[in-house]
Amino acid sequence: MVVFDKPKSLSPVPFHYCPGCTHGIVHRLVAEVLDELDLCGKTVCVSPVGCSVFAYNYFECDMIEAAHGRAPAVATGVKRTHPDNIVFTYQGDGDLAAIGTAETVHVGARGENITIIFINNCIYGMTGGQMAPTTMPGQVTTTSPYGRDRRIQGSPIRVCEMLSTLDGVAYAERVAVNTVPNVKKAKAAIKKAFQNQIDKKGLSIVEVLSTCPTNWGMTPEAALEWVKTDMIPFYPLGVYKDADVKELNPTSTKEVNE
Amino acid sequence: MAKKVLMKGNEAIAEAAIKSGCLHFFGYPITPQTEISEYMAKRMPKVGGLCLQAESEISAINMIMGAAAAGSRCLTSSSSPGISLKSEGISYIVGCDLPCVIVNVQRGGPGLGGIQPSQQDYYQATKANGHGDEHVLVLAPSSVQEMAQLTSEAFDLADIYRMPAMILADGALGQMMEPVDFDVMSKRDVPEKTWATNGTEGKRKKNIINSLLIDPVELENSVIARFKKYDEIAEKEVKYEEYKCDDADIVIVAYGITSRICKTAIAAARAKGIKVGLFRPITLWPYPKKQLGALADKAKHFLVCELNMGQMVDDVKVATECKKPVSFFGRTGGMIPSPDEVLAEIEKLAATL
Ligand SMILES: Cc1ncc(C[n+]2csc(CCOP(=O)(O)OP(=O)(O)O)c2C)c(N)n1
Ligand code: SF4
Ligand SMILES: [Mg+2]
Repeated sequence: MVVFDKPKSLSPVPFHYCPGCTHGIVHRLVAEVLDELDLCGKTVCVSPVGCSVFAYNYFECDMIEAAHGRAPAVATGVKRTHPDNIVFTYQGDGDLAAIGTAETVHVGARGENITIIFINNCIYGMTGGQMAPTTMPGQVTTTSPYGRDRRIQGSPIRVCEMLSTLDGVAYAERVAVNTVPNVKKAKAAIKKAFQNQIDKKGLSIVEVLSTCPTNWGMTPEAALEWVKTDMIPFYPLGVYKDADVKELNPTSTKEVNE
Repeated sequence: MAKKVLMKGNEAIAEAAIKSGCLHFFGYPITPQTEISEYMAKRMPKVGGLCLQAESEISAINMIMGAAAAGSRCLTSSSSPGISLKSEGISYIVGCDLPCVIVNVQRGGPGLGGIQPSQQDYYQATKANGHGDEHVLVLAPSSVQEMAQLTSEAFDLADIYRMPAMILADGALGQMMEPVDFDVMSKRDVPEKTWATNGTEGKRKKNIINSLLIDPVELENSVIARFKKYDEIAEKEVKYEEYKCDDADIVIVAYGITSRICKTAIAAARAKGIKVGLFRPITLWPYPKKQLGALADKAKHFLVCELNMGQMVDDVKVATECKKPVSFFGRTGGMIPSPDEVLAEIEKLAATL
């Protein structure tokens, strides 16, 4: 018999996410990983401003709600204070790749030994569907009503590709949660990103291609299909970097000093 | 007798922080406070602490938010333009009820302004550090000794009241060298940080550090609770100095470096028979309202002296309930008045009394 239980690291409350939104799936995957690695008691999660702003209601670990885009800096402060805590940020595309770009790039440059779960849904979900830094060319949003024109609104940022150029980044993988096999791969990537932190390997980021049926103006099924037909071709799945940069990350300085 | 060390004001702040148990410093270089970062960069690794240069003041204050949330005694410092960048983070830190110490070694503005000393951030520090109904404790030293002493008091106050405390200094105090005695640091009892996010270890319920209260009833209640705390602080933590005010016809109100220039001018004026004294607020927030107000019955005139265009005048008018005239003399943009300029202003006023 298979019993489908709620992971212990998830709080026993209903999510506020829209029907068909994949934020909920990713929360569950993170919680399962925290359970399997027995990390909940030493974990501090830094949640963003975006649809996942209420994440502090959903995870059972200690929680900090950061300002829009600043989660990587807040996480740095926590990790440098308690290097033995497991610290992760959970951020949307507007949070991580627009207002928080500097924080994102520099947390990578410093090789902070933390884990970033990055929800790329090509849109600003929380504020009602405005253009994001990851909005696709031609994609209609409330602030690109004629479709994103790369000559006017610029081109989308491919975060994993960009971050994998930084020496301090240990691991960057892009996954999707649009099919069961992809969900399994996503979980494996998230688990690796936490295991890397345990192993003090350096910054790990998992970019999850996610849906926003509400602001894409699609049914949940159509949204999952759009991930396959439009997003994945533009944001190819896969591992962009997998290196052990232990000697470059702050966790190693303590050992050097000792 | 305690041994005194000759130090720059900026260095005295840094050393006092370390002596107060501060183990995490996050900053970004800007004149005229960079010596704080440089001192920390040298000293922190020797005491098992961390000095980290952030990519911006925005990141530095958010690293502070993380370190403070994790229970660290932490410090960040900057000068005027950098404090503007920190204002978002300051508001969040207040909203999360986190303790930390923030130093502003002020320079002239607006904009990039200049690098000479100023007191042009008085409004910002005392009235509007960030958005929302909020305050931070503001301490204004007037000597290198006080740079050290008030820094150590700021750490205790921040921990006791779970809020940021700011040292509002200026470029002159930051750069000048004076002897400092580190044996007189603040040593108050501070509460244990049971609220810190450092892992539940499965032994307690999760801690949440958060400033989002989407229900207006809840948000209003939390702001009101914070303002009750502010009332308690205003009652218990006000600091000020009175100098020759007992028989003074003219009371000069000045803080920081300006108060020292005024003391020199007061000595000269007294030598000419003019009865003038100085009231020096040391806490700019909470403002020593009652104590200044008590002088309004005796004195005939209040003269506010600052390195700005008169930002403290309103506070003096409120404190004295406009019972006596309040006038202003100051220089701005990085200019510092000489004692003679202040003396001339005193003599001009004395002639009208
Ligand atoms: C400083 C600041 N600017 C703007 C906002 C408004 N805002 C809230 S969420 C958001 C966008 C969030 O989008 P994203 O990060 O992609 O998260 P999603 O909701 O899509 O998960 C914006 C612009 C804010 N809260 N703070
Ligand atoms: S608005 Fe979009 S991202 Fe936000 S909860 Fe709804 S579907 Fe999910
Ligand atoms: Mg988004």
